[in-house]
Amino acid sequence: MSEDVWILGIHMTKFGKHPDKDAVDLAAEAARAALADGGVTMRDMGILAAGNLMNAAAGIGQMLQKQIGQTGIPVYNVANACATGATALRTAVMAIKAGEVDYGLAVGVEKLAGAGLLGAGGRTGGSEGKHYEPSGRYGAIAGTDGRIGTATMPGTFAQVGMEYGHKYEGVSFELFARISEKNHAHSTLNPLAAYTKKMTLDEIMSDVMIAYPNTRPMCSANCDGAAAAVVVSDSKLKTLSLEQRRRAVKISASVLTTDPWEEACQVLPDVNTLTRNAARQAYEAAGVGPDDLDLVELHDCFATAELVHYDNLMLCEEGGAADFFNSGAPWRDGSKPVNVSGGLQSKGHPISATGIANVWEVATHLRGEAGERQIEGAQVGLAHVIGLGSACGVHILEKAG
Amino acid sequence: MPKQLPLVDYLVLGDDPHLEAWECTSCGARFFDRRNACAKCEADEFRRARIASEGVVRAFTIVSLAAPGIAVPFVSAIVDCDGTSVRANIVNVEPTDTHVATGMKVRLVTEPIGVDDDGVEGIGFGFEPIYAAT
Ligand SMILES: [Zn+2]
Repeated sequence: MSEDVWILGIHMTKFGKHPDKDAVDLAAEAARAALADGGVTMRDMGILAAGNLMNAAAGIGQMLQKQIGQTGIPVYNVANACATGATALRTAVMAIKAGEVDYGLAVGVEKLAGAGLLGAGGRTGGSEGKHYEPSGRYGAIAGTDGRIGTATMPGTFAQVGMEYGHKYEGVSFELFARISEKNHAHSTLNPLAAYTKKMTLDEIMSDVMIAYPNTRPMCSANCDGAAAAVVVSDSKLKTLSLEQRRRAVKISASVLTTDPWEEACQVLPDVNTLTRNAARQAYEAAGVGPDDLDLVELHDCFATAELVHYDNLMLCEEGGAADFFNSGAPWRDGSKPVNVSGGLQSKGHPISATGIANVWEVATHLRGEAGERQIEGAQVGLAHVIGLGSACGVHILEKAG
Repeated sequence: MPKQLPLVDYLVLGDDPHLEAWECTSCGARFFDRRNACAKCEADEFRRARIASEGVVRAFTIVSLAAPGIAVPFVSAIVDCDGTSVRANIVNVEPTDTHVATGMKVRLVTEPIGVDDDGVEGIGFGFEPIYAAT
């Protein structure tokens, strides 16, 4: 049995617009703050795993080292869609579990403020030349997005939610909007969120429609931000100060999955099966069940996504996501608080930072340091992200015993 | 008749337009793109399989914001064609949530997408509602 891994230090920058900072500035801010939070330095680190999806070929890890400490340790630059941050964290965790290092640093950063629509699949309309000539894996003679449905993220996740509504009872445009209303209400307590404005159901439903049933406030907000975590082996942690041990947060499960083959998965991405598989593996590894969770940060890239993940993470019975929401459970004063940070819809979604920022949110509650939005007495929490393509990361965290 | 080309190679034109998938000869999994092997069972032999031209809308969205050059709003849907899922636009319908619903029955139709400089006509496809006779 490989040894346990702990979060020793962790930090999330303010999410939002940072016009005066580049990706390296934000990554450096997060990394240095995480190191300081853990009471360690770059010289202690045995591995650095880093992600910056929009500039994946640049080598954000080495660029960061050149600003905050070049110690010659191995760098793993990772890119895994919206699961990039979780992948960086898991890479550092695996190095410790493999027994290669005692300390690892994971960093995710993105500069996205002002970015437009992401993830348009295939060739876009209007790009056709003067001669139709079949090209690509579908032998397409022109752009397919908008002619053969859509592969954009808003359209894809809209269909994911509508498919759930086709299978199960109680799902409507208004239900999805109410989920968004919850997250925007939660965000008012999070000073690091990009948007902290409470919105009424009517304001949400009558806002600009992006892809029915998701209006603009029901979509994740493009913004800048970074997050970083220092992880440590159990044996090394035992040698550290009482204060460091007290604030350490146990990573009881670190799981990454991709989508296994299912009928239709190459037509509409199946974001359900891989999330369900990751959750099942994580609960088993941690020896806890959904009932044990005091809070959940899940990947609400769209309001429609949050609904299906209640089910995928087994927070409710299969098919019972609408009832689960209507019971009030996922509100911060409910029985199973979900996205008390405000979620991606209001906190923002600087892609590579998200998978570590979700872990930061849960860890901060477990440490009892979440201020006004503290979930009292939180002992166990789950952080989930999913990237289209697809990749799913689930981390289960536990308060130091 | 001007020469015609399908928008994608899995659209078969002619007197009886229909869609065709690559079907794995070992496990029956169906794919629309050029294949290297089967993602389900790893076999590498495929045959052409005709897709049913009528189906049921399993999921849809009405896209109101898209990249430049794409006409909006349009309805994107996943159509269950007798067990094989197809992504397509729903056409010949008002793109509102009162006119489109999951569970609605639809059928394949083809429609021109334009003509290139050589006079070749591009032909695309969509699915239109089948309204029950009243
Ligand atoms: Zn096969």
